[in-house]
Amino acid sequence: MHELSITQSVVDAITRRMGDASIRRVRLEVGKLSGLVPDAVQFCFEVVAAGTTCEGALVEIDEPCGHARCRTCGRAFETGDMLPLCACGSADIAVEGGRELRIREVELA
Amino acid sequence: MCGTCGCGEAGVRVTELGTAAPAHGHGHGHAPGHGHAPGEGHAPGAGRIVALEEDILGANDALAAENRRVLAERGVLAVNLMSSPGSGKTTLLVRTLTDIGDELGMSVVEGDQETLLDAERIGATGARVVQVNTGAGCHLDATMLARAMAALAPAPGSVMVVENVGNLVCPALFDLGEAARVVVMSVTEGADKPLKYPHMFRTADLVLLNKVDLLPYVDFDVATWTAAVERVRPGVEVLSVSATRGDGLDTWYAWLRAGIASRRGGTATSA
Repeated sequence: MHELSITQSVVDAITRRMGDASIRRVRLEVGKLSGLVPDAVQFCFEVVAAGTTCEGALVEIDEPCGHARCRTCGRAFETGDMLPLCACGSADIAVEGGRELRIREVELA
Repeated sequence: MCGTCGCGEAGVRVTELGTAAPAHGHGHGHAPGHGHAPGEGHAPGAGRIVALEEDILGANDALAAENRRVLAERGVLAVNLMSSPGSGKTTLLVRTLTDIGDELGMSVVEGDQETLLDAERIGATGARVVQVNTGAGCHLDATMLARAMAALAPAPGSVMVVENVGNLVCPALFDLGEAARVVVMSVTEGADKPLKYPHMFRTADLVLLNKVDLLPYVDFDVATWTAAVERVRPGVEVLSVSATRGDGLDTWYAWLRAGIASRRGGTATSA
């Protein structure tokens, strides 16, 4: 479960950037194609934040989709699937974005 | 988690084979001021929103970049070998070390949750090896490789193979600083694995299909598998091998020789 160590690095980064400030809310961006499960991040956050300035903080997760473009018919669409199929039946699709893994902002307590 | 500083490196042990004590050292780059003061009440800035806009994997990626720089400087070709457990990574490595280990000055970093068993198998070939035990961890990260490299000190101009923890999911997300990613699959696994675990195959530089000596005995359609790999990672090089019977190993060795030749700044020679 890579979410545990990745969530640990979220808390590490926040405490490094924010020093001793107590954190009330954390906003993350976890793209739908990033390979991370948002629910698992939520679960792990409670564990790794215990005893830190992030303890008890609310975690909000934005989940941007990937932008797909069909190379066969040219149709553009949003997708949460790494290997999407176009409505025209083609699997020859370029996908950009959706792999974001960012700490957007924190709100101080 | 680590009881001392709360970091996520809990239980990670780096052991150089033949030494009694783990090559320890907690030197994994924490910034000073790790002390926390939770629950201090409302600070003057309460409710203030601070934009951080920081990559979550930024710390790992920065360390991976440093590993990559050090390896390039020494002319070391680092190969990150990944697969599910049981696909034959260690058997392939033992055979490779026996056949061309001396020629390429090969050394190995072994990743497993527990035990020195794989390091002992590798060490029996005479190759230099460091075992990383991740404890509860399911993958190697750039910090662990940095510690392993410090213990292993791969020779300039050599090949260092990093055998990642057997897992088709988690290791895919963590850049170690390797020059190439090699994903191993075997014919005793399903031909649809590349579609089911796309993150792993998506970043592969080379995909090996191992245990092809067993093809007459298993229901594995190579064409279906090849199409699945091609869909996830169009254009990736694919080799069929048998680490036990020797099929395809010459091509695998040629790939390693070409890699180290270009690393050393020479020209690739064919095997």
